[in-house]
Amino acid sequence: MSGRFTRPLDIAGGRVEMTHGGGGRAMVQLVAELFQAELGNPILAQGNDAALLPPAAGRLVMSTDAYVVSPLFFPGGDIGSMAVHGTINDIAMSGAQPLYLSAAFILEEGLPLADLARIVASMARASREAGVPIVTGDTKVVERGKADGLFITTTGVGVVADGLMIAGDAIRSGDVILLSGSIGDHGIAILSQREGLSFSVPIESDSAAVHGLVADMVAAVPEIRCLRDPTRGGLSATLNELATQSGVGLVIEESAIPILPVVRGACEILGLDPLGIANEGKLIAFCPPEHAEALLAVMRAHPLGRDAAVIGVAIEDPRRFVRLRTTLGTERVIDWMFGAQLPRIC
Amino acid sequence: MRFIEEYRDSGLAHDLAAAIAAACQPQRDYVLMEVCGGHTHSFARHGLEELLPERVRLVHGPGCPVCVLPAGRIDAAIALARNSDVILCSYGDMMRVPGSKRATLIAAKAVGADVRMVLSTLDALGIARANPEREVVFLGIGFETTAPGTAVALQIARSDRLTNFSVLNNHLLTPPAIRAVLAMPADTPLHGLIAPGHVSAVIGTRVYDEFAVGGQAVVVAGFEPLDLLQSVLMLIRQINAGVARVENGYSRALNADGNRLALAAIAETMPGRRAFEWRGFGLLPESGMQIAEDFAEFDAERRFALNYVSVPDPKSCICADVVRGARVPEACKLFGTVCTPDDPVGPCMVSSEGACAAQWRYGRHRLAPSGEQISA
Repeated sequence: MSGRFTRPLDIAGGRVEMTHGGGGRAMVQLVAELFQAELGNPILAQGNDAALLPPAAGRLVMSTDAYVVSPLFFPGGDIGSMAVHGTINDIAMSGAQPLYLSAAFILEEGLPLADLARIVASMARASREAGVPIVTGDTKVVERGKADGLFITTTGVGVVADGLMIAGDAIRSGDVILLSGSIGDHGIAILSQREGLSFSVPIESDSAAVHGLVADMVAAVPEIRCLRDPTRGGLSATLNELATQSGVGLVIEESAIPILPVVRGACEILGLDPLGIANEGKLIAFCPPEHAEALLAVMRAHPLGRDAAVIGVAIEDPRRFVRLRTTLGTERVIDWMFGAQLPRIC
Repeated sequence: MRFIEEYRDSGLAHDLAAAIAAACQPQRDYVLMEVCGGHTHSFARHGLEELLPERVRLVHGPGCPVCVLPAGRIDAAIALARNSDVILCSYGDMMRVPGSKRATLIAAKAVGADVRMVLSTLDALGIARANPEREVVFLGIGFETTAPGTAVALQIARSDRLTNFSVLNNHLLTPPAIRAVLAMPADTPLHGLIAPGHVSAVIGTRVYDEFAVGGQAVVVAGFEPLDLLQSVLMLIRQINAGVARVENGYSRALNADGNRLALAAIAETMPGRRAFEWRGFGLLPESGMQIAEDFAEFDAERRFALNYVSVPDPKSCICADVVRGARVPEACKLFGTVCTPDDPVGPCMVSSEGACAAQWRYGRHRLAPSGEQISA
């Protein structure tokens, strides 16, 4: 392949130019030497406009997500790893096994090729570790000032095992609510990076692909009614979404919600509510009460669910409130976040 | 965690609640105003009213700077932001506050106004340095709490000879608002004031002596559950004893004299006191901070020759009554029907210190369901 171009791509010192999106040899070279070199797999190597996939054994699920996070690199991850994890997680939230990803890149003229290479390498690593290959992709370049470095859109396809019926409208009064680990890490990691805030204990994003955890969970407790990853808007938004979708009320115990001390401290200083802060490697699960103990055990047995906890219960409530029982034993509403408390978080 | 969990200790909170219940005398009501919007939100966020006996009634006060800003002031900021020479820098709190006709800075931004959210006045100075060809205006808002930040920005702007930075000054003084509340005829007389914590960290507690002399029990309070419960207990004890004095319930953060450095910065840059129109109070004499002559070039009102135009409050919105403690948020027929934090009619519903926002966000499950009201 290297013989096709007069000089190899200058990844160390070069920048994205308009010609890299122009459909000419420069674009072919960028795709070959940067994208295919990192992401290569037999399906991607087919080299057609569409990836030809083998027949799938079960119901298919599909999900797409755009990533515009700023900054591109942050403690615990970058836009590339996040674009892989986030879409895998969306697929996994239906109880599915993620099979394939696509990735579309909008690059801004002037983006250092070294940054792009680092991001693509990070995507490749995340995809390899997750066992979910990127099988098709696209690259476009826009003029300087028309995008902020780069934007990535990934789409995922997965397959759901027979018998699973996991959905946002399936929660019933009495169901137990479980959370896989500490909340707020991602949002606070991004914020501290963006604003140049430093804390005595570094805060890392929790960005991770949780499909392995989900696989263990659905294998042990196929009766799980609902799974959701509390990303933008945090736990508050996710719980409100689900209360509305399922037509139930939810009651959460404040003392049961795992929050790292450094995240809690940062939120107090900045006047943010940790319940409204984004996560990228957590999930909440709803199951009938008789299965809660087994589900908690299987979650805690997985590295990504080590700090899992039962945080509450669904109740009958025609007004579909999400209530918090505070550590003082009082009760308040957990509301949706409003406005954009932390823009460009994912 | 130090300084958080200690002040949220459930056992101590319940001990204080029991002490408050025991201190309450029969046939006596205790009507207390939490002057500060931050306190309003703390009470609501921690559900503290559940721990108070019925005869202790909390009345929300005027201490939400966003809420008491009249629509005309927000219109002025939006108009300035629409000037294509201008980058308007604002704290996040102001972005979604409606001016007249529900116009907001965030909506102006969507149609091309260059509005930047900043966390500090230093960020605004940085934007001014990075954009020498543009006029950078910082929307200064708040009581004595945020005024020192603006004051320091003015000092730096002058010493660094910044020629493209100015402040649209809406800084207000707390005592005139308390004075105005106490001067108003009320259905229920107030028995005590929970005085603001952060404001007092700057101005000290001595400034409240005039209210104690006038017969009000005053306790300056912190923002954690134990701070607030403790301040309620201190007020009830004063009221029972028939005394009125100023007590400091937040001694870990403030003293009688205030922060001398902060006061000096304000005195240098914004020493003047001007009549300012407040939502709910109208024109209050000597209630607004005035940028000094020495700093006139950094005063956006003078720099852009702005003339303040008063505009009426939105029809049916009772924010003007809410900031005086005259009515409760849920008495408003717009509350939760056409006015929600997502689409606010008045500032009290959108500000992080607004009483309507506190009731909506944290306490609406306690209100009787209404057919029209948005539920969850």
